[in-house]
Amino acid sequence: MNEKLKGFIEEAGWPRVIIGLFLLSLFVAAPFVQVRVDASISDTLVRFGMNGILVLAMVPMIQSGCGLNFGLPLGIIAGLLGAVTSIQLAFTGMLGFLTALAIAIPLAALFGTAYGLLLNRVKGDEMMIATYVGFSSVAFMCMMWLLLPYTSPTMIWGYGGSGLRTTISVEGYWLHILSDFLSVQVGEYFYIPTGMFIFFGFMCFLMWAFLHTKTGTAMTAVGSNPEFARASGIDVNRMRVVSVVLSTVLASIGIIVYQQSFGFVQLYMGPFYMAFPAVAAILLGGASVHKASMVNVVIGTFLFQGILTMTPSVINSLLQTDMSEVIRIVVSNGMILYALTRKVQVKR
Amino acid sequence: MKAYTTKEKIQHLLISNAVPIIFILMSAIAIPLSGFSPTYLVQEMLIRLARNSFLVLSLIIPILAGMGLNFGMVLGAMAGQVGLILVSDWAVVGIRGLLLAAMIATPIAIALGYVCGAVLNRAKGREMVTSYILGFFVNGLYQLAVLYAFGKVIPISNSELVLSRGFGIRNAINLAGMRHALDYLVPLKIGNLNVPVGTYLTIGLFCLFIVWFRRTKLGQDMRAIGQDMHVAGAAGIPVEKTRIIAIIISTVLACYGQIIFLQNIGTLNTYNSHDQAGMFAIAALLIGGATVSKATIPNVFLGVILFHMMFVVSPMAGKQLMGQAQIGEYFRVFISYGIIAISLALHAWKRQKDRERARRSLRGEA
Repeated sequence: MNEKLKGFIEEAGWPRVIIGLFLLSLFVAAPFVQVRVDASISDTLVRFGMNGILVLAMVPMIQSGCGLNFGLPLGIIAGLLGAVTSIQLAFTGMLGFLTALAIAIPLAALFGTAYGLLLNRVKGDEMMIATYVGFSSVAFMCMMWLLLPYTSPTMIWGYGGSGLRTTISVEGYWLHILSDFLSVQVGEYFYIPTGMFIFFGFMCFLMWAFLHTKTGTAMTAVGSNPEFARASGIDVNRMRVVSVVLSTVLASIGIIVYQQSFGFVQLYMGPFYMAFPAVAAILLGGASVHKASMVNVVIGTFLFQGILTMTPSVINSLLQTDMSEVIRIVVSNGMILYALTRKVQVKR
Repeated sequence: MKAYTTKEKIQHLLISNAVPIIFILMSAIAIPLSGFSPTYLVQEMLIRLARNSFLVLSLIIPILAGMGLNFGMVLGAMAGQVGLILVSDWAVVGIRGLLLAAMIATPIAIALGYVCGAVLNRAKGREMVTSYILGFFVNGLYQLAVLYAFGKVIPISNSELVLSRGFGIRNAINLAGMRHALDYLVPLKIGNLNVPVGTYLTIGLFCLFIVWFRRTKLGQDMRAIGQDMHVAGAAGIPVEKTRIIAIIISTVLACYGQIIFLQNIGTLNTYNSHDQAGMFAIAALLIGGATVSKATIPNVFLGVILFHMMFVVSPMAGKQLMGQAQIGEYFRVFISYGIIAISLALHAWKRQKDRERARRSLRGEA
């Protein structure tokens, strides 16, 4: 038994075990401080669905050896452009949602290609440059949101008559369009956004299937050993670009799914730090800087979002102070730090 | 080595200084657009040179040691702020307050620098991104300390500093007692211009320190490590220890830099002041023509002047040009991030090219 436990801890890594236990203790403590467990679980599930695809977007780049995609905001921006354009065209319901996707995906593919070509020139330094590509693209779009000729009155500033608002409601357009599909409501507090889960599951399946195609296998080979991949006739640079494009496209889909559940499109500095929770989540799920799987995505998103949901309510009632923000910062960055400083294990 | 012609020399000069040249050109366009008077701009630059140079200078030593841009300098900034908070609680004012704050902050900065160095030794080859995340992580711990421990574990008697709930530090702290304590320690006025001589003297001393430090045994060791870690290790230089020392020096200096920065500004934003310190310092250094592997003292001053010139004039220029000051605001944010992205990318690209060339040279004639 002891051996087994040791093996498990070794496998999962200390931080993951500690955080898992922490989350468990939060759920156990919840009823004692008058926090409804069903509402908490429901919240966790909703946030899990909202963020799942953004976390999934990390997988292709990790697999192809491009590291953690801190440049996620680039894909998010493509998603935002899709979302606002769809609202501008005044499409509602499923049509609006699909229009947003249809606009966002080609844009993301375009951005992703350019971004991928850049990352091919900076091998070894991808993560730092990705961070700043993300940041500068967000800052650039801040100017664009002011200048782009959108006119829909629900989106532009009331007084100036031009420039988009910082938050735009999707209510009346495609609010909860996925979440409410086949959704289950039990009692007053418990709610399962089935449609969002189906969509997330479908995306995970596609990703899984892709990684098992010829291209997907080649991509993984590039990540595991670029020299070997090159020797076996794989175009390393092309595979890397493909992975970056995939990651960027997934980010753009992910943010639209996020918005339909959240209810708002957040522009300007909104996407600025969005890469960090996604990175932290996948690492928490057991991915390393070089290897990630669907299981990592699901477990990681659940653990991370669970902590984000539970800490404010439970710790608040326990200590009468709101420490959730600080805990979030420490946990997410601690997790990234742990992954970055882990000695790379070479399997022979 | 063949001799370069004048044309080649000029070409080389233009290429290697492309970033500062672009910024000089941009300022040349933006300054007349903004409509600021030259006196105002000179005064602003004098102040901002004093305010920011020290922070930027603290980045030089890790670059010397080949560790890239030390995004972990925010750790030092946080240490400095802890010192300032305590000193303002004890109501020690003037230059004595600043010195006391520095004395309190130094051991904290040394400890944090040691941690940072040790962490970076575990992440060789990706120091920058690691130090960057470490900055965020320690920011969390800093908030934990300042929001919850101050006033509870660490007694704070001055009720003006404490949040109404009884513990935790307020969002903004007025450093009126220490404002300009170093800047105008030696008062000097040229015409209408106030010259912060005290700070300039400190910065000058520090530049001398860097020049001297580079020539010491330790400085030479660092340079050797910066050239090639493995060769340096084989030559008997204690690589890991020296790298830790480089980061400790940088962190301690960033801590003093932040104290100087805040005494000039006069208010301490408890939860934001340190956040941007790193980003602005790094952007300024890169704009001054430094790269990830090479930074000199002139880079620092040129960078501070150009970056802050941009900073001052761009909102007004944006307003004149586009009718919205907000555009200029976003523009300068974009520039600071964009310039870091481009500089990092160019450097990585160059390194990759060098590697390829080295590999090709081994291959011989095809």
